[in-house]
Amino acid sequence: MRVGNELYESNKINDVNKMNEMNEILLERHIITAKCKKVDPWSIESYIELGGYEALKSALQMKPADIIREIKLSGLKGRGGAGFPTGVKMESVRNIDVNPKYLVCNADEGEPGNFKDRYLLENDPHQLLEGMIISAFATGVIKGFIYIRGEYDKAIAMMQCAVKQAKEKGFLGEMIQGKDFSFDVEVKSGAGAYICGEEFALIESIEGKAGRPRNKPPYPTMSGVYNKPTLLNNVETFSNVPYIISNGYAAFTEIGTKTSSGTRLVSLSGNVRNKGVYEVPFGISIKDIIFTLGGGIPDDRTIKMIQLGGASGPCIPASMLDLKLDYSDFSAEGLSMGSGAVIVIDDRFDVLEIVRLLIRFFKHESCGKCTPCREGIGQMLRLLYKFKTATATEGDLELLETLCNVMNQTSFCGLGQAAPTAVVSTLRYFREEYLKRIKINAVV
Amino acid sequence: MQLSYILDKYKRQPENLIHILLEYQQSKDKSFISEDDVRFIAGEMSISESRIYSIISFYSLFSIKPRGKYIVQVCNDVPCHVNGALDIVRELENRLMIKMGETTSDEVFSLEYTSCIGCCDKAPAIRIGSETYGNLTASDISEIIAEFRRKYNESRE
Repeated sequence: MRVGNELYESNKINDVNKMNEMNEILLERHIITAKCKKVDPWSIESYIELGGYEALKSALQMKPADIIREIKLSGLKGRGGAGFPTGVKMESVRNIDVNPKYLVCNADEGEPGNFKDRYLLENDPHQLLEGMIISAFATGVIKGFIYIRGEYDKAIAMMQCAVKQAKEKGFLGEMIQGKDFSFDVEVKSGAGAYICGEEFALIESIEGKAGRPRNKPPYPTMSGVYNKPTLLNNVETFSNVPYIISNGYAAFTEIGTKTSSGTRLVSLSGNVRNKGVYEVPFGISIKDIIFTLGGGIPDDRTIKMIQLGGASGPCIPASMLDLKLDYSDFSAEGLSMGSGAVIVIDDRFDVLEIVRLLIRFFKHESCGKCTPCREGIGQMLRLLYKFKTATATEGDLELLETLCNVMNQTSFCGLGQAAPTAVVSTLRYFREEYLKRIKINAVV
Repeated sequence: MQLSYILDKYKRQPENLIHILLEYQQSKDKSFISEDDVRFIAGEMSISESRIYSIISFYSLFSIKPRGKYIVQVCNDVPCHVNGALDIVRELENRLMIKMGETTSDEVFSLEYTSCIGCCDKAPAIRIGSETYGNLTASDISEIIAEFRRKYNESRE
């Protein structure tokens, strides 16, 4: 039961391969998890033996502008949740004539239901580092940070080890591989604050302060760490870079759909048989993720709802299982993909109980800087309590909808803007759960 | 002294304040930062005490109240909740004979909730010190607690 390497060894990725090879070909594509389980994450030699740091060597022979061109053509989008084109971000940092520039890897994975960054950090730390070094070379950055949440003790130790080994091998430090290029990486630890996944809160935390967001614009690409241009990406985003450089953008756009190229790491959890991290090509359906890869719901229960993306993501009903994992399919439904979590909740659970649990999470994690988020979440919990105890009125329903709207439109950062998502989506897809708890209806 | 060593290691730089406080708190038996600690660190780093409190009060891994040697953190976010996290809480409360948020009278264990610890594939999961335990059932709890009691007793000998 201790969670360590030994348990991760038996991760479901391997089990599913053995179980169902046919489906594996159709549903899984291992690009950034290709070396996971084969590579010893504590050993740079092991990574190099499997072809590691070859992408960096190729990149160092390229012009920085050509590297950025490859990334842009690959269509790689930020995997942290916002889905911003990575190449465009790199270009903005490259083109600003302010020095020094910084690079930050956001490994503050605190979104409940997400564990794919942990999987990458603990299984292939050098791939991430290689992606960061290539990105630094392309954008003219001299110093990078990996900000890992304080709860991920093992990932912190592993990244520190990887950085030390990369320095010894001359992949980090001065004059990397004999080129006029110097880059150093520092591992920074969080200390328990979900808000630090927000880019500016994270930057404040790197500077040793409380993690409260800053006003945008300027964006981090213009003014980030110590008010200098900063390239900030998620673990999964950086981890995709070596593959694209080694194989070319065309190999990457071949995978997935027209509108979403490459693969996506899906963190599958909740009431499902084979919980785990799966690397899937864009375009596969939520049904395939839950039933073919995940093996379905235990004890022959049925699905009550599915939360996508994590605590700040939408809750959808089982009737939407055919939804495809694709940026444009999601936005056509008015949904955001977030960071790739799929949380299955079975029919034993009450929709409102789950929603209240989610909003309680945000109450704890709100940084308190802006009023809509700080006060709005408290008011939201108060209203949800009335629904839970079936003492709500029709006016409360209206108020709840207005509150969601106000928080979404006026909160200072993404936390407050996204906090009501579970309420908004359940009001849309599970409205009867609210209606049946309105007092008048209850009496009738 | 442990604290001076940590301050030296991080060169007393304000941007390393979070690391300094984390490492120092971990080294202490009662897992907290005292008023005296704050005063001392502020003096050593030439920063205000309020600057240090702004960190301690913001980040949930810090405490200004004494806690047990081992902090038992239970995740009750949705993936753990729907896999029976509350059964684990009940069992921990029974075994340790304390309520959530309390510390045992011998100051060995404190029981807390934590936000998601990224072990949703092993739900329900808990974290004790730097160790994570997953796929838990109520019957696993006594064994885990006994392991830490043994560890504690050995460290006292």
